[in-house]
Amino acid sequence: MYGEVLTVPDSIGDPDARDVDRVFMRANPNGPAPEAWFHTFGCRRWSYLTRDRSTDDWV
Amino acid sequence: MNEFLERGVRLTWHEPKPRYDVVIIGGGGHGLSTAFHLARRHGITNVAVLERGYIGSGNSGRNTTVIRANYGIPESVRFYQHSLELYQRLEEETGRWIMHAEKGLLWLIHSEAGVRGEKRRALVNTAAGAETVFLTPEEIKAVVPEVDLSGGGNGYPVMGASYHLRAATARHDRVVWALAEGAMDAGVVVQQRTTVTGIELSGDRVTGVHTDRGFIGAGMVVSAVGGHVTTIADMVGLRMPIISHPLQAYVTNHYQQSFPHIVGSVELPFYVSQTARGEMLIGAEYERAPSYSYRSTFDLLAGCSAKALAYLPFLTDMRILRQWAGVCDISPDASPIMGKTPVDGFLVSTGWGTWGFKAIPAGGEQMAQLIATGETPELIAPFSYDRFAHDRIMADAGSAGTH
Repeated sequence: MYGEVLTVPDSIGDPDARDVDRVFMRANPNGPAPEAWFHTFGCRRWSYLTRDRSTDDWV
Repeated sequence: MNEFLERGVRLTWHEPKPRYDVVIIGGGGHGLSTAFHLARRHGITNVAVLERGYIGSGNSGRNTTVIRANYGIPESVRFYQHSLELYQRLEEETGRWIMHAEKGLLWLIHSEAGVRGEKRRALVNTAAGAETVFLTPEEIKAVVPEVDLSGGGNGYPVMGASYHLRAATARHDRVVWALAEGAMDAGVVVQQRTTVTGIELSGDRVTGVHTDRGFIGAGMVVSAVGGHVTTIADMVGLRMPIISHPLQAYVTNHYQQSFPHIVGSVELPFYVSQTARGEMLIGAEYERAPSYSYRSTFDLLAGCSAKALAYLPFLTDMRILRQWAGVCDISPDASPIMGKTPVDGFLVSTGWGTWGFKAIPAGGEQMAQLIATGETPELIAPFSYDRFAHDRIMADAGSAGTH
């Protein structure tokens, strides 16, 4: 199962704006992105990795 | 031969003018519809549509051409119903045959909760102007005799359906070309094979776009880009509430009988319709993991076929001919994002996810009205970019998630 790794840019200073960004906005890069994956049919733990979203390869 | 080619429609490269009043990024349905309505309704013709590939090569050429308005919240039903009615008149308005064909749409359900949900949908649709009724299993059998109500004994029998009477399909290429030609006849320039590489800002104001063919000045820049909208928004430093997910579909060989319905299940999910060529078109939901990959997978074919065959057993003897994927711009509330942004002069039409084709006429018409008047039209005001910051979420994933 896929999980999003959230990062709010440092350029956003206002705390309310940071909350909005954290809840709704996504980096959505067409390239390498940090991701969390849940091992549903195994150890049932989250693992963290980087995947290139243009090729679907792990990097 | 294609009548558009016979007439020699000019889509070749012109030297770009140094400046346009409006530059639209993305030569798909929404971008061309915006240009078409700007030119035809508002007389704004100093407009360029920039397309990275060829027109309709993105999601406008990768969808399943379903036109429907059976959404779950009144704001959405009103918007999509308006679009459905514009589609009914689009052949007249463009003077081009788009192969528009009305087909009743049935959404089967297999649980008590689903029965309540679809009865509610019928009521919401009726109240907001779309024609939807609830059907019992016996009534479903009378409308579509091909349906196996037992689901082939898979444990999910059909317990009812919402029946959306005025749904339709149209030929996607013809929609794109009809709008492009209509816009070009009125003086709009459509530049194919032109990639936008950057957007120039002066302070907080957009002044033009950098392309692989040079700089083009612009009074206003509209992003009508599909799955790659985040790449464009990054150019002006705008954060987007979009995640890009692939969506796949496939067609079988020619079915020798007419199947004038669109049958789907919102709970499983899958959907089936027949193209104008007679092929059976089958699809399901988008991939859960985000990706920009256009790869097709065997998993989708196997899983989706198993579901479709259980309820429409006549598909068993069909062969799969083609399979494809598109990259969808999915918003957090499964509703579109249209209109102004915090960047002055930069407008977006995005968040079209898996439901953009049906919205092409209304999306373009409303965006054109916004550009011409500077005022956000009432019909699309609920779908503004700033709704997220103001906690006015238009949550309707249950109506949008499949097609």
